[in-house]
Amino acid sequence: MTAGTGARRYHLGSTEIVYLALVGILVVAGVLVAVRGGNLFAQGNVSYMLTQTSLLGFVAVGQTLVVLCRSLDLSVGYVVALCSLIGATTMAGDPSRVWLGVVAALAVAAGVGLVNGLIISALRVNAFIATLGMGLIVKGFLDTRFKGPEGEVPFAFQTFGYTRIGPVPVSTIVMLLVAAAAFVLLTRTRAGYHMFAVGGNLDVARLSGVRTGRTLVLAHVLCSLCAGVAGLLIAARFGTGNALVYSYGLDLDSIAAVVLGGTLLFGGRGSVIGTVGGVAILAVLDTAFNVLDVNPFFKDVLRGVIIIAAVALYARRQIDPASRRVRFGAKGSASRGGDVA
Amino acid sequence: MRADDDAHTPVPDPVLRLRGVGKEFFGTSVLREIDLTLFPGQVHALVGENGAGKSTLMKVVAGVHRPDTGTIELDGAPVSFATPLDAQRAGVATVFQEFNLLPDRSVAENVYLGREPLRRGMVDRRRLHADTSRLLDDLGLTSITPWTRVGSLSVAQQQVVEIVKAVSYDARIISMDEPTAALAEQEVALLYELVGRLRDRGVAILYVSHRLQEIYDLADTITVLKDGNHMLTAPAAEVSPDRLVRTMVGRDFAGFFPDKPADTVSGELSGELSGELSGEVAGEVPGEVRLALEGAGNSMVDGIDLEVRAGEIVALAGLQGSGRTEIAHGVFGIAPFTRGRMTVDGQPVRVRTPRQGVRHRLALVTEDRKSEGLALGQSVLANARLVLDAVLPRASDRRARGVPGVLRSLAVPASTVASARDVEVQYLSGGNQQKVVLAKWLVTEPRVIVLDEPTRGIDVGAKRAVYDLMRTLTAEGTAVLLISSELPEVVAMADRVLVLRDGRVAGELPGGSDEETIMALATGAA
Repeated sequence: MTAGTGARRYHLGSTEIVYLALVGILVVAGVLVAVRGGNLFAQGNVSYMLTQTSLLGFVAVGQTLVVLCRSLDLSVGYVVALCSLIGATTMAGDPSRVWLGVVAALAVAAGVGLVNGLIISALRVNAFIATLGMGLIVKGFLDTRFKGPEGEVPFAFQTFGYTRIGPVPVSTIVMLLVAAAAFVLLTRTRAGYHMFAVGGNLDVARLSGVRTGRTLVLAHVLCSLCAGVAGLLIAARFGTGNALVYSYGLDLDSIAAVVLGGTLLFGGRGSVIGTVGGVAILAVLDTAFNVLDVNPFFKDVLRGVIIIAAVALYARRQIDPASRRVRFGAKGSASRGGDVA
Repeated sequence: MRADDDAHTPVPDPVLRLRGVGKEFFGTSVLREIDLTLFPGQVHALVGENGAGKSTLMKVVAGVHRPDTGTIELDGAPVSFATPLDAQRAGVATVFQEFNLLPDRSVAENVYLGREPLRRGMVDRRRLHADTSRLLDDLGLTSITPWTRVGSLSVAQQQVVEIVKAVSYDARIISMDEPTAALAEQEVALLYELVGRLRDRGVAILYVSHRLQEIYDLADTITVLKDGNHMLTAPAAEVSPDRLVRTMVGRDFAGFFPDKPADTVSGELSGELSGELSGEVAGEVPGEVRLALEGAGNSMVDGIDLEVRAGEIVALAGLQGSGRTEIAHGVFGIAPFTRGRMTVDGQPVRVRTPRQGVRHRLALVTEDRKSEGLALGQSVLANARLVLDAVLPRASDRRARGVPGVLRSLAVPASTVASARDVEVQYLSGGNQQKVVLAKWLVTEPRVIVLDEPTRGIDVGAKRAVYDLMRTLTAEGTAVLLISSELPEVVAMADRVLVLRDGRVAGELPGGSDEETIMALATGAA
């Protein structure tokens, strides 16, 4: 038959590679910590690791949806900060207003996502610029309106930030539930299918009857909603809202996690499961650096190197499979009989 | 054999009828008074040179363009398609040359994109796969499974998936724009079979192609367009190839390929004689060896021995994926050879990058002119100067002065040459784009030029210009390595033919060998 239909060797998908890398990093980090006489897998460390995953996890799961659509959201960090403040100030220490605070924060988040999506799809502004601009607008609002921490989160809601079941924080479980919902969205609903199509090739999607604008707007609304949940988590942990949360670098970290998770930055290919793996990799690194007492500046250098190395590795794999086919080994003897089946 | 052969069957009603269709772009009329009638179960070939209006007419049918004059009737009722999607939903599907598929999604996900079957609000994957399976089975496509990732399919299979997608819309009219342009000879069979099945199911097919062979193999009716005018519509059996080509271009078929220089001797003989003759009659008889490979290989090809002499055209024939393009890429340093020896004009060379290739005065006209040959948004002149500016900056201004002359010698229209500084190549026809690519390499004065599918998807006139160019180059002592899937071209142009199979040389044939012999070697039947 023709090229590509012959016997094909099994090769690992990107998601498998992400989790292999996670295991590898766990082993290396575990050994390094053990050599220093510590235990990376002590309950305290594991809890820290999992706590780290939840905040970034929410943001990265949302980011996955927009990146799959070949879009981007650089405003998530500011949305997190904004929602922490809106949640905390609306609750104002009154346990009966908890739900009101949650709804208010999520409504604002959804609104920001809606505007992002409309700017990108209707005004055709490049996503990078559109969300950067939106981020600036929110930042300006935060800087003029709020001076330092504000609002008060009632104790009942703070449990979202602190409660654990065994070593597993409730927030991590919630994050995994959100990720599972996103997984179902992407693999079992038309909206999810259409996100892959919009990111894969906008013209193909449109010519197949996909409402591309609506799909993109939905992805942005869901992305912002996820950031909103992350904002609520911040409020629950701190007991107040705080504008300075935007300096955490969640925007770029979430994109790093998405890309580490094997999602193509050019859209159309990727998975939420991979993103969760990417988040976990970053959390393990963070925990290990802390336990090993790595200089914080050098920590950033290492993180940068690891992210670039991982993506470079994927890039090598993502070259057109046809050009990676190998028919002859280094010595020139036929490794197999070509592609003729 | 076909239903319409039966004299007792009444003539079916036309499914689509265009009357007096005209279209203008910016005051230039591209189509004038076109009548076209498609019947169910018939293949209607639409032929004409590039720029004749075929693509525009197809786009009118597809709902991309709306006609300025005239009417379109579907089942006798006038229709007007606002978008391609409207046309598709009305049962008028179009398979364009560029693939409209998502490579990272499965066959089923592509076919039913935008119409995924639902069950309780979720995509019903079981039905999605079952429906796709049924479609594939109906069309006898056993080699494709619904869950295969489209990107892992061959080009031919991807084409088939596009047609399956059209069929899934219950298309009663399917237009195909050069469906075999990217296919190797043996893959074409798959498409033929599919077209046959569609015809048997009563689908009307509008088939655009440059390959006469296909038109006679498939078409019931032929319509010829020239310069936007409707020249001829007749049953295929009543139009001879000569008349067809004459109607298209006003030229006889016999003169289609330029003759070889009269006293060229056949491949083997020329090898022996070249030593004594090369000095005086260089260009008439192949001269000294320009390019030689000895046991060259990399991960895709192995043990390649090859010689191209000055003034000689050597063709690389073989199926898609047999290693033809890989040899070109090895020679030019895109995917360098890792084994063996390569010499240019007798000097051993190592070419690891295209830049080094240019420095050794090699040139490669790549297979895919839009993505590898041209900067589409830049002017004709900028494209023609690209290699000069990048690799030979000191000579570039001087040599770039030759660009207009080179373009004129390639029969580029004078108006295009005059505005070479301003016209972006994306607005040129395929044939003229290819001439710009050729000009880009000619100004580097190559000693060896590799032409990878140089006539793919260009009109008859431009093809002739490419063939004439090859003769001119060899007369000047350039060595030409021609890669082509069009066997008539290989047979008529090459002095020697190297046939590849599975990354190795399967055999060498003298020029003028018949197509069957070449195919037999290429497929391993010999």
